[in-house]
Amino acid sequence: MSRLTDHRTIGFGYLLLSLLAVLIGTLLSLAMRAHLAWPNWPLPLHGPILPEEYLALVTMHGTLMLFFVLTVAPQSGFSNLILPAQIGSRHMAFPRLNALGLYLTALALFTLLAAFFVPGGAPIGGWTAYPPLSETALAGPGQGLGMDLWLASIAIFSIASTLSSINTLTTILKLRCEGMTWQRLPLTVWGWFTAALLSVLAFSVLLAALLLLFCDRHLHSAFFLPAQDLVNGVLLQHHGDGSPLLWLHLFWFFGHPEVYIAILPGMGLTSMVIANFAHRRVFAYRLMIATTLLIGFLGILVWGHHMFVAGLNPFAGTAFSISTMAIAIPASAKVLSWLATLWRSRPTLSTPMLFALGFVSLFITGGITGPILAQPILDEYLHNTFFVVAHFHLIMAMAGIFGLFCAIYYWAPLLFHRTLSEPLGKLHFWATILGAYSTFLPMHFTGLAGEPRHYAQLSGVAGPATDLLQSTLPLQRHITASAIFLVCAQLPFLLNLILSLRRPAQHLDNPWQATTMEWAPNALTPHPTEDQTIVYREPCHYSDSGKEFLTQWSTASTFSPEPE
Amino acid sequence: MPTTFTPPEIDRHHHISDGNNGQKPPTDKRTGGNGDGDGDNFSNRPQGHRGPRERLSQARVGLFFALGGDLMFFVALVSVFFVTKASGHFDAYSHFINEWLPTAIPTILWLNTAVLLLSSVTAEVARQAMFREHDAMDEWFGIGRPISKRATLWLSLTLFLGGLFLAGQWAAWDQLAAQHVFFRTNPSSHFFYLITITHALHLFLGIIGLIAALMFLQFSRSLSTRQVVVDTTVWYWHVMGILWVFLFLLLEYGQ
Amino acid sequence: MQPPQAISPTHGFWNLPIDAAQHGHTLDTHLLLNLWIALGLLALAHLILFLGLAIRKRSARPARQLLVEYLPLAALTLLFAFLALRSERLWAAQRYTGADLSAMQVEVTGMQFVWYFRYPGADAAFGNTKLSLVAPAEGNPLGIDPNDRYGHDDFVTSQLVLPADREVDLTLRAQDVIHGFSVPQMRLKQNAVPGQTTHIHFTPETPGDYAILCTQVCGLGYYRMMATLRVLPQPAFNAWLQSHEAAMTEASQ
Ligand code: HEA
Ligand code: HEA
Ligand code: CUA
Ligand SMILES: [Cu+2]
Repeated sequence: MSRLTDHRTIGFGYLLLSLLAVLIGTLLSLAMRAHLAWPNWPLPLHGPILPEEYLALVTMHGTLMLFFVLTVAPQSGFSNLILPAQIGSRHMAFPRLNALGLYLTALALFTLLAAFFVPGGAPIGGWTAYPPLSETALAGPGQGLGMDLWLASIAIFSIASTLSSINTLTTILKLRCEGMTWQRLPLTVWGWFTAALLSVLAFSVLLAALLLLFCDRHLHSAFFLPAQDLVNGVLLQHHGDGSPLLWLHLFWFFGHPEVYIAILPGMGLTSMVIANFAHRRVFAYRLMIATTLLIGFLGILVWGHHMFVAGLNPFAGTAFSISTMAIAIPASAKVLSWLATLWRSRPTLSTPMLFALGFVSLFITGGITGPILAQPILDEYLHNTFFVVAHFHLIMAMAGIFGLFCAIYYWAPLLFHRTLSEPLGKLHFWATILGAYSTFLPMHFTGLAGEPRHYAQLSGVAGPATDLLQSTLPLQRHITASAIFLVCAQLPFLLNLILSLRRPAQHLDNPWQATTMEWAPNALTPHPTEDQTIVYREPCHYSDSGKEFLTQWSTASTFSPEPE
Repeated sequence: MPTTFTPPEIDRHHHISDGNNGQKPPTDKRTGGNGDGDGDNFSNRPQGHRGPRERLSQARVGLFFALGGDLMFFVALVSVFFVTKASGHFDAYSHFINEWLPTAIPTILWLNTAVLLLSSVTAEVARQAMFREHDAMDEWFGIGRPISKRATLWLSLTLFLGGLFLAGQWAAWDQLAAQHVFFRTNPSSHFFYLITITHALHLFLGIIGLIAALMFLQFSRSLSTRQVVVDTTVWYWHVMGILWVFLFLLLEYGQ
Repeated sequence: MQPPQAISPTHGFWNLPIDAAQHGHTLDTHLLLNLWIALGLLALAHLILFLGLAIRKRSARPARQLLVEYLPLAALTLLFAFLALRSERLWAAQRYTGADLSAMQVEVTGMQFVWYFRYPGADAAFGNTKLSLVAPAEGNPLGIDPNDRYGHDDFVTSQLVLPADREVDLTLRAQDVIHGFSVPQMRLKQNAVPGQTTHIHFTPETPGDYAILCTQVCGLGYYRMMATLRVLPQPAFNAWLQSHEAAMTEASQ
């Protein structure tokens, strides 16, 4: 197999892309935060940030982080690096398709970044690109060529994700090694599987929506435009009368599954890592599989909870509220199972375990506000305030990133043939979790005070509105300071990566005493001809005391007698 | 179900029960096929390289998911079709305005549909030919290329019919243009063009697939590769045919 | 018109602004209930987490699934169901039915980046509007049709003035892009969508000046698309209304 289509090369390619995206996205978020706390602060080499530039920052930050970091790294990146080994295969089903996915993703990323450099700048409509703001260049700077590039980028990205998911699904379905029954699949694989199913369903719908929006913009159709629309003094009269709400439906039909695509692989990994370090079976393993699938399934039915006050029929609000409350139940079941697995387990608190625990904590904290937002009467107050921003940064941004860090520290021996430094890792963990809570918890309070999202400044015109928003200023400064701290907290991580990669490679044989197949000897060598891969049992097979374990590939049938 | 080139009695189904930890499950001893052309002992090969049945079903599964995604794309388009058809607004004088003017569907589309259905038949003949066990045996042993020849013939016919269909679609667009019905004209014509063009693009991909399949039939040394390529291309072609029938009925009677 | 008394914009542990609408009290009660429950669950879950990490392992037996998983899950399900039911009742009360027929009518129009409020005038009916007639420079930002007699006495303001203790029926419209009409102190939020009219009704209670914000990103001036809601006691409001209506009849004669 050629080097370019090797799944590990592709996996690293995806990780590098998302690393680039996360670096840029983080810098953008710093600029945003600085601007919110000190509106007159001149950005070095640039000067003060204009309102439309602020909106462009938010839009690009959200797009980069959600698509190019949290969809690419856990789903495409790590599934390429680890999934084949975990199911006892040596490769992915369609190597060329896989490589094509990577190149298209890279193309999409550079198309998106190009939007910064075109006349008018990057789009300003948020990552949700609601029409008619996204329909015409008249609606604002960035809505011309910048918006077109955004559309093109996301369209390419949709195709790339679909390709990558087809590959993942086929690999899981067809390339499991002998004995790898569905119930013996690690929960990580279940996470990738469900997320890939969601990708295939959701991204196609997004692609259709993008195509229609493109037609509206350039071919005078009006799928998302009313019969007449007066933008910037120009009366747009396209043929037909569509509705902006139609875009909202299509977008969120994609958008909600998308956020679960971002978190499901992390959930699976957390479950496995917790069991690994607690030396326990995952509590209620089958239920965990069922809830993973159930979250995926319900995730398709809840999109309307983003539209409670968007102009829907109020009865629809009720229906979506019920389906959304229902999705909290499998999520809670997962939390309970994590807690039960951990209960009195005296786990080893190595860095990957710390990040898994951090994932649990952040998932609870971010998730618990989900059911609050899911009640239309409360969302009527909270919608588009920073309360929502707090919700999704804790559960998605922070929990998702913790999942990524967990993956990197845990699988480092497989990725880099080295473990990462533990002291630096622990420093990284404690600083990051502190920074995460200190940045995003206070946002609940500015949100409850009424601060809307996307506000470039908190002093528009003098009056009660400005009085209200200005009252959040002390908290704003605190949030910004914490965000700077949070970003600095990533330096130990980068340092750790650099230092470790400069050390000579070690030979590490299952250093975490894990039970899953990726740690089997030779699991990563491309063509093992001598030994066949066979799986004999479910993962996480530990003795009652936790002192002994049987790997999935071990041929031993019982534990040796427990030492007293 | 057409036979693949794997003697069926060797292709064992084995059941692995959970719970009996430590027991070695039966080993998969599938053999046969023309794999990658190096050696005959397929059980020593890694998963995914153990013969034609495995590669074939893998390709089919991949195609299944790709088409599933694609179907969602058209589901989204068709939903928007119905929403747009039903939408209207009240003008300043409280008249209800609905701009939807059904597009008169050129009759040539009936002909095109027939051509496309016919092409599916020829494609199926080609696909079946690839799996005729007796001839496949000959071909595997290198005694001529009976099935590839047959398949080449039928696939070329499919290619021709597919080209004819696209030409027919083009003619339909031409006819509409002559009547001054363009994409821009009205909401219904948006959909006529959107649907026919996106479908034509898909069919164009199918044509590329057919050409690729013909090339493989000509130049590939591995029988199983030829089988896989022909099989997936033809399945894709079938699905695009069925999809077209639905889309066509929608345009003809659903407007 | 009396100036509003100086009150701090937000108060309490959860930092909520005061609520000045009739439905605000039950909404706040429900919101606070939710928030405290969330905080409680959050604390409980973390307590379990930390205790679980800290306590020495006593028994090696795996815990019982019924006790540890299904019972708590059932409890959480009941809790979520209870909250959902309670909130649905409030939602239904507020949204399932329209405003009372006697409610006061005001039309709210959002456009980049201002809010306009139109009152129907003495005839209690709005005149037609046409987008082609929109001419902000000529004092007709909404495009009111001069040929429609219902429109002659309509008057447009940039401040929303409402009487206390009377139900209002707001008609929301947008001219260009989607805007979000939001009055935090009235616990009110509803998007205004171009091509669509949306109704929302509520009863302001406490006189004072309140913030109106746009809460749907609508372009570069989004952050300054603010207005003021002034709630006046009934007599003061009547005086205000009459002065405006008188001005309109004068102008149209
Ligand atoms: C994954 C998603 C993600 C992540 C990580 C972040 C990270 C951050 N975000 Fe953001 N954010 C969004 C997704 C995300 N965000 C979205 C979707 C929106 C809405 C956009 C819209 O409305 O259109 C938004 C909007 C948003 C706003 C609202 C702006 C507004 O509406 O006015 C703010 C304001 O403070 C903000 C701040 C921050 C900050 C300070 C961080 C900091 O935490 C950044 C610190 C960064 C890290 C801690 C990560 C470092 C990670 C690594 C180095 C690991 C890399 C490893 C590999 C790739 C292998 N974000
Ligand atoms: C990874 C991403 C992710 C995840 C997993 C979730 C999970 C959930 N989300 Fe979130 N959400 C987003 C990402 C995510 N969300 C984003 C990005 C947005 C904004 C988009 C935008 O507008 O830009 C958003 C917005 C959003 C809204 C719209 C808000 C608004 O715009 O007004 C709503 C409303 O219902 C909602 C609900 C939920 C719910 C109910 C869950 C549930 O799945 C949560 C389930 C979890 C729990 C319920 C916690 C379980 C724990 C316990 C119950 C504790 C147990 C206690 C003991 C053991 C004692 N989300
Ligand atoms: Cu108007 Cu936002
Ligand atoms: Cu959602």
